[in-house]
Amino acid sequence: MIRYTEDHEWIDLDGDTGTVGISPHAIEQLGDIVFVELPEVGSEVAKGDAVAVFESVKAASDIYSPAAGEIVEVNEAMLDDLTSITPDRATESWLFKIRVADKSELDDMMDEAAYNAMIG
Amino acid sequence: MENRRTPLYDFHIAHGARMVPFAGWDMPVQYPAGIKAEHLACRAGAALFDVSHMAQVELSGAGADAMIERLTPTAMDLVKDGRVRYSLFLNETGGVLDDLMIARFEDSLHLVVNAGRATHDIAHLQANLSGDDVTMTVHDERALLALQGPMAAAVLSDLGADLTGFTFMNIKRFSLAGIDCVVTRSGYTGEDGFEISVANDVAIDLASLLAARDDVFLAGLGARDTLRLEAGLPLWGHELDETINPVEAGVSFALSKRRREAADFPGADKILADWQDGPSRQLVGLRPVGGRPVRDGTELMLDGELVGRVTSGGFAPSLDAPAALGLVAAAAAISGTMLLAATRGKETAVEVVGLPLVPHRYVRN
Repeated sequence: MIRYTEDHEWIDLDGDTGTVGISPHAIEQLGDIVFVELPEVGSEVAKGDAVAVFESVKAASDIYSPAAGEIVEVNEAMLDDLTSITPDRATESWLFKIRVADKSELDDMMDEAAYNAMIG
Repeated sequence: MENRRTPLYDFHIAHGARMVPFAGWDMPVQYPAGIKAEHLACRAGAALFDVSHMAQVELSGAGADAMIERLTPTAMDLVKDGRVRYSLFLNETGGVLDDLMIARFEDSLHLVVNAGRATHDIAHLQANLSGDDVTMTVHDERALLALQGPMAAAVLSDLGADLTGFTFMNIKRFSLAGIDCVVTRSGYTGEDGFEISVANDVAIDLASLLAARDDVFLAGLGARDTLRLEAGLPLWGHELDETINPVEAGVSFALSKRRREAADFPGADKILADWQDGPSRQLVGLRPVGGRPVRDGTELMLDGELVGRVTSGGFAPSLDAPAALGLVAAAAAISGTMLLAATRGKETAVEVVGLPLVPHRYVRN
């Protein structure tokens, strides 16, 4: 099940490994993406750490890790064409995969219905 | 307090604009096409902007010229009937209170000032009215549209405007598809283009007529900002403020020769010293190396020394690269100099380059 943070990240857990991206709503709000910084594979991060950056024409936005763990893979392919990062491609535009240290950290995150209610 | 709305508010909503608060107004930052597409459409064709948030102020009466000369470095005899000039409200220390356009038209002076400074500027003008034969009228009943880009002239011609002899920095009354408009050939994009003053009650008619055309693209404040950044045009609060003088900001062309020789404008001592000896710091273009933009306020280092800061930073769609403007020490303000910007915990190398970043394409005499 996909879960969402209040900062518009999503995490899709498969076993111990979560795939992390940002919501279609967040992509739409950012507008044209002109630069993306991904975390380093192998780095250990805490829940809430700023681990990636989206830069739009107007502003820079930090992406926070929804859970503690180790970064095991990043989506290098997305960097080849930043114009492919569009609201309808939020799933394909995942940022990184993380081996989640404590899956219970995800328990209080929003499901899709709750997230959609939050963004109105 | 509720933000003010321009007469085009419903038009923006109908066209899917994302509205943001700006200087006390609800303004479209972008339409669904997005900032990059809107920007490129302006460089390639014609883009329509709502700039009704800027204040249109009319000064009439025999004392209007003298009053403006007390507040700015402009020689008003140069502002001939039907002409427009760029000017600056200066303070006594040579700083810039605001930049503005001054047009002489139908026996009055017509000023356009920044939205974010309108309250200040109107109070500043009001405070200087006393003792002069000057009447000030703030034209809240008029909207302002900007049609900018290399195809803008063809669009206006198509709407019935005879543009013969109507070149850059002229002002004239036109009937556009039957709508009475006061038009200047000027803008804030570096492109040829027009700013069109029109009564609020017909502004949406004109905007709708333009927007319905295949050769006109809607553009928001986001694209307006990236266009002016590439054109190296200053934005008050960034490249200009009460502590930055016109020579430092690269707008010394606004210092008229007679006024320089008479040294009779506010802050003349400080400004003219910089004009003669060269300023200690200067506005430059900046090209970050790699794809990461540098943002406003970022400090700039040369050989470990702080030499300046970014005043406006972002992305330049026409260059397909990040770009910025910055105020840097004279020693660092030499094209080709590499500076270091500390951006969000990482250092980004930035190259000092000349302005504009993208050449102006004004249609002059």
